[in-house]
Amino acid sequence: MTTMTLPATTRSGPVEPRWSFPKVASVVGAVILAVIWLAPLLWALDTSLKPEPETTRTPITWLPEAPTLAAYQGVIEQGDLLRWFLNSTIVAVLVTALTLLVSVLAAYGFSRTEFPGRRALFGLMIAGILVPPQVLIVPLFQEMTSLRLVDTYWGIVLPQVVAPVMVFVLKKFFDGISRDYEDAARVDGATRWRIVWSVMVPMSRPILVAVGIFTFIGAWNNFLWPFIVTTDPSMMTIPVGLANVQGSYGLRYAQIMASAVLGGLPLLIVYALFQRNVIRGVGDAGIKG
Amino acid sequence: MAVQTPTRTTSGTPTRSARSETGQPWKERWAGLFFVAPFLLLFAVFLLWPTFSGLWNSFFNTSLSGIKGEFLGLQNWREMFGDPAVWSSLKNTFVFTAMSTPPLVVIALVMALLANRRGLLGWLLRFSYFAPFVLPATVVSLIWVWIYQPGFGLVNGLLTAGGFAEIDWLNTENRAMLAVVIATVWWTVGFNFLLYLAALQGIPAQIYEAAAIDGANGRQKLFRITLPLLSRTTGLIVVLQLVASLMIFDQIYLMTDGGPNYATRPIVQYIYQNGFTNYRIGYASAISYLFFVIIVIVSILQFKLFSGRKEVR
Repeated sequence: MTTMTLPATTRSGPVEPRWSFPKVASVVGAVILAVIWLAPLLWALDTSLKPEPETTRTPITWLPEAPTLAAYQGVIEQGDLLRWFLNSTIVAVLVTALTLLVSVLAAYGFSRTEFPGRRALFGLMIAGILVPPQVLIVPLFQEMTSLRLVDTYWGIVLPQVVAPVMVFVLKKFFDGISRDYEDAARVDGATRWRIVWSVMVPMSRPILVAVGIFTFIGAWNNFLWPFIVTTDPSMMTIPVGLANVQGSYGLRYAQIMASAVLGGLPLLIVYALFQRNVIRGVGDAGIKG
Repeated sequence: MAVQTPTRTTSGTPTRSARSETGQPWKERWAGLFFVAPFLLLFAVFLLWPTFSGLWNSFFNTSLSGIKGEFLGLQNWREMFGDPAVWSSLKNTFVFTAMSTPPLVVIALVMALLANRRGLLGWLLRFSYFAPFVLPATVVSLIWVWIYQPGFGLVNGLLTAGGFAEIDWLNTENRAMLAVVIATVWWTVGFNFLLYLAALQGIPAQIYEAAAIDGANGRQKLFRITLPLLSRTTGLIVVLQLVASLMIFDQIYLMTDGGPNYATRPIVQYIYQNGFTNYRIGYASAISYLFFVIIVIVSILQFKLFSGRKEVR
């Protein structure tokens, strides 16, 4: 009997929930804001599950009377959605992998090696941050035409791999890693190449994950450049493809919303899985200055 | 320089350093460049070259076919300064920036303060606030065009349920920009929220503990500690946001196509139209450069403004 009461008494320490007014108000405010922010997404999901006639009914109804996947079936069967899905995946994976590879090497070079012209080249790269991609669309398209890269994966991917901001962020992070680790590895006979992959990369994993996720999201969602450089519907990515067929759906709102849900869902899942890394990585990126 | 590098390698095993010393000092001196080379190559081909070829193009009468047209000198530039569409689309760009930046900073801050808590509630709040940011512009536009529909759209449904008159948001000249701004704030506030949240989580707990011992209440902690410590983050967010807002194109193109009656057409869309609809590469390039100069000026002004007041701690 005494053993049953014992834990209860020891566990209840001085921790008592104090429900002061500001605390309650902040929770209520936070939840209301969250509901407002989720409402458009839920509304889209909700609409996508309705049979077409129900989508335009007034006054508006929230839950579908008879939920149906007909809209999803419709967009998958008639459209190029799966093809765009594949294109988006290929493009986003290539952009992310290449950006990480090229940026890590460049950041290491700028952070840890000496070579003639290093400072000038770093300055030039920093100046490159100022050039908005929007300014480049016209000359870049001409360049792609002469390189015959219009309507190819490389044409979509390569310009997106140039990310001076990523190099800058990674260089700052590398600068903060003590040289002792590197020297120890060198004593053990590691080459510079080995040091990059066995010392620097493992030590900066959180920030690499964050940089990688933001690059992936950016590449998957990029609209303007793939829109400019693809003309063949079979080469389009999801954002461009959806924009292209937007008009041809007519008034089939359930189908429009079904394709919107399909276009947005993969990234929502990726984000939900990696949320912790994303926030931690942003903190690590030296954003605090 | 050449003396410095071998001394560093001697710290390694004797045999190796001897090999690299007697081998190629040239290689050692330039080794760093190999790490930077892949990036620099892509940088040169896909950023540097188009930046300058764009400037070069602006002096020619070039069409999209790629054949260099006749040399025009400053004619494109002169035409640009006299083109009312340039000025009206610049005005739209600035109006959008002025309307979108304050809510994108303030709401992000409020969200970060509200969501900076542990547990499931914290996770759910962070997910909800950031989720729209991961969606493509097209998906955002499809959803919001639908929400703004007269009759059965969500916004007008709420308006009529509340006894108000309906508004044809996207087809009314003085409402369309507001509609785009609302959708944009919903879509992109998550990024600024994340920057604020990371900064909040970087504030050491001891500062608050010390303040609590001194008898500070919640309001004092917020206004005397949290907000001052966030001021550098606020500076950074304003800088990033102003430049991002000036580059507005995607959601306007997709939601209103610059309409009604060009009331929402931003400068990037005017560049796009001249280059890819009217096939006037030279003229589009000139406008691109005007836009580029504006972005650089804004960036430099902000840098001067925010580098002035640094340490708050």
